Amino acid sequence: MSALEIAAAVRSGERSALDVVEEHLTLIEARDPGLNAYNLVTAEGARAQAAAIDAAVSAGEPVGRFAGVPLATKDNMCTRGIPTTCSSRILEGWRPPYDATVVTRLREAGAVSVGKTNLDEFAMGSSTEHSAFGPTRNPHDPSRVPGGSSGGTAASVAAGFTPLGIGSDTGGSIRQPAAFCGVVGMKPTYGVVSRYGLVALASSLDQVGPFAANVADAAALFDVIAGHDPLDSTSIRDFEPTAQAVLEAGVDGLRVGVVKELAGGSGGVPGLAADVLARTAEAVEALAAAGAVVDEVSVPSSTLGLSAYYLVMPAEASSNLARYDGIRYGLRVDGATTAEMTTATRTAGFGTEVKRRIMLGTYALSAGYCDAFYGKALKVRTMMLEDFARVYERFDVLVTPTTPTTAFELGARTQDPLTMYVNDVCTIPSNLTGHPAISVPFGVGDDGMPVGVQVLAPASHDAQTFRVAAVLEAAA
Amino acid sequence: MSGLVPCATADTPVEPALPPGWELVVGLEVHVELDTATKLFCGCANQFGAQPNTNVCPTCLGLPGSLPVMNERAVELAMILGRALGCDVNRSVMARKNYFYPDMPKDFQTTQYDQPTNTDGRLELADGFVVGIERAHIEEDTGKSVHVGGGGRINEAVYSLVDYNRAGVPLIEIVSRPDIRTIEHARNYVEELRAIVAATEVSDARMEEGSIRVDANVSVRPHGSSELRTRCEIKNINSLRSLGRAIEHEALRHVDLWTTGSGPQQQTRHWDEAAGRTTPGRSKEDAEDYRYFQEPDLVPLEPTPAVIAAIDEALPTLPAARRAALREATGADADAARLLVERGQDSLAMAAAASGADAAKVVTRLVNDLAVDDWSAVDTESFAALIKMESNGELSASQAKVVLGDLVEQGGDPADHAARRGFEAMDSTELESLLDELIVVNPAEWSRLRGGDEVDRKKMQGFFTGQIMKATRGQADGRAVAQLLAQKSV
Repeated sequence: MSALEIAAAVRSGERSALDVVEEHLTLIEARDPGLNAYNLVTAEGARAQAAAIDAAVSAGEPVGRFAGVPLATKDNMCTRGIPTTCSSRILEGWRPPYDATVVTRLREAGAVSVGKTNLDEFAMGSSTEHSAFGPTRNPHDPSRVPGGSSGGTAASVAAGFTPLGIGSDTGGSIRQPAAFCGVVGMKPTYGVVSRYGLVALASSLDQVGPFAANVADAAALFDVIAGHDPLDSTSIRDFEPTAQAVLEAGVDGLRVGVVKELAGGSGGVPGLAADVLARTAEAVEALAAAGAVVDEVSVPSSTLGLSAYYLVMPAEASSNLARYDGIRYGLRVDGATTAEMTTATRTAGFGTEVKRRIMLGTYALSAGYCDAFYGKALKVRTMMLEDFARVYERFDVLVTPTTPTTAFELGARTQDPLTMYVNDVCTIPSNLTGHPAISVPFGVGDDGMPVGVQVLAPASHDAQTFRVAAVLEAAA
Repeated sequence: MSGLVPCATADTPVEPALPPGWELVVGLEVHVELDTATKLFCGCANQFGAQPNTNVCPTCLGLPGSLPVMNERAVELAMILGRALGCDVNRSVMARKNYFYPDMPKDFQTTQYDQPTNTDGRLELADGFVVGIERAHIEEDTGKSVHVGGGGRINEAVYSLVDYNRAGVPLIEIVSRPDIRTIEHARNYVEELRAIVAATEVSDARMEEGSIRVDANVSVRPHGSSELRTRCEIKNINSLRSLGRAIEHEALRHVDLWTTGSGPQQQTRHWDEAAGRTTPGRSKEDAEDYRYFQEPDLVPLEPTPAVIAAIDEALPTLPAARRAALREATGADADAARLLVERGQDSLAMAAAASGADAAKVVTRLVNDLAVDDWSAVDTESFAALIKMESNGELSASQAKVVLGDLVEQGGDPADHAARRGFEAMDSTELESLLDELIVVNPAEWSRLRGGDEVDRKKMQGFFTGQIMKATRGQADGRAVAQLLAQKSV
């Protein structure tokens, strides 16, 4: 059953929310030990919330749009009184005294969070292997990674543990695992969904977004979490979420651009697998068949995204992660002085990838290097914005593969960080520009693993991505 | 009137303190806590003296996932102060200054770096000397560490406690150009800045509560030179008195180092009030690299010309202009003018003088007898009436003081208070007949007053004045008595 079907059944009294939740908890209990999608299953809280929803339904009181729908919450969203670990040792024992805005909105909508899902530590990674709690596995093939960093949420939705999931996307952390796991994942326009309560990786790139097994559920989830939040200064005022409203609109006459640099041609980004490119080409054909006006388009700066991203992201991360100093919360390893205590705590509390990025970022911002590294990356960012603005004068949406390849084997890329970073090459531009993008499943690769196709749109045109994704979903 | 101005003149060291041939070069960095109801980035109370860690929330504790929201009032106050200092108000952005410190919850300070709100202002001192203002930027305050054991020093402490109530309190840092050449001007600059801060109601401006903090950048150079030599930043200056002492000590240290060697090292130093000297903090070699970058969690501040125009429109008359106006209107001297403007009693003084009360008496009465926090019950009309009663002899000086006290307490008409207290003025015939009686009873004393030597006469004047005061239970006007004695004894 889809999320919307479950909600309708619960609202009408046809199904009890408690039964729905119990059914999903049973599934998690049976199958998650093999997948490790969850850092924590909050069964008691979920049951209590479901029972309250059932009581409200019996009493004839209004219940939310997602009444009784089980939800997976990435473990970097603050949940009041419930451990929030970011899959890091450094947050050991910390229970936030407040809820993230997204968490509040979803609870008010009746969605029932069944637990906190695994991620790459502080969302730094593309495979969910960099977790203090062990890797999550891909439900389609447990020898493969689910992608990352929102691998736990992606796996939860793909395994049918929950119809809905919440993730965060800094360089592709929603779309890449969605593609690897064969589910729908969407990164909204920067500022459309509140970041309040999302533990920051890179503040100017982070965005919270929806996961679902189908486009309609994802659109409905987007419509619930989108909207202005006064607690987030970068939140867009007066944004009206209309994703659900355009799902039936079709693509007749829509101008669709195929980004040349991400289509496998010479001079473009190397390393894009043939099967992934073939599925992307088929997706484009499907859009043309549905009436879209398709043309190839060059976005030259899209090839620079990866380099710029791996300066901006670690720079901001190095600052955002400074606060884990052992003084106020989380892990503390004692030392003779404050400085020694902080050093010992951070040495023990952070994993290798986190330390690598903190060092990269600190270096990129340091005196004498800042202009050459961080400063230059900001210039590339500006250049990309101008590039995309020019392209969007001629096109309504752009289509690319979501990932260079299908899901790879566990351990295949952990030894060489650069091969891991290349995973994000197609998804990063949207984070640097702040534009919305969706990944929708479109067939499988030569290995039988899911392939995701990405649809990009200009800022605030989030609904367009769902509109195109709905057509692709129907054609897949 | 030298005792009137707090700490300004009485203990100023003798100037110039430097050996001949050397010139002092000082720039000041003044932190002012903005008087907002809430902190800079959250809704916690901006309040001094609360129980430790009671005015805190996820944002000012820097908890994971928390985000800052700019306090619009703080930005407004910053712009008001900027305009009062003649600054350009610019499009500005917040930046992160990254360094580890236990009382800084996020381990970075949110401040302004290359795009501050206010730039290029000026501050004119009471004597007309102008100090350039480089910038006045917005930033957040840190928490407060308390080191327990080891004499309160961080390195010897047994343990430390941190109070985050102050973390996130809005500050404005006013950075002067290195234009100051004397200790007196350094102190005048801070006093004048404090007066402007008070007049614009940007801060309660209490140095003792830390709502104004001063760091001094000190260097020296040979007289006549225009170079800027190596400077040291002196921190931990808690009063105007310390400011003068710290600058003097540091300048002499520099002269000594230049004279005997290759001069001082650029470094941050701490003023040790008890020892009367500065001690080294961080030197430039191991200085932090703050890795500034634009704060991505906040958006740029872009005041429209209309907003700035509205601020200019609403700007109160500044202390310098008020002092000038007061002196013009009442003939008050510089110290009295400074004091009355500081207390906000200048408009009362001018209004009373304008309504015909004796201007000199107005100033004297205010300076000496209205040094109270709350004088809101004293209105212009009744104050002017009081001064007039004193001028025309209806009240003696001491009676006028008492009635002024009544006005402070209760307001109302001074004549009513005088009547209630029985302060009826004695007319001159009444006074004269009283004196005649006293002459009859004390003939020997009277002849000593008339014919004695200087000492004798003074003594007897005192005797008769005392007798009259005793008989009138203090109601006679001292001056009227003196006049009468002078007339009669000729």
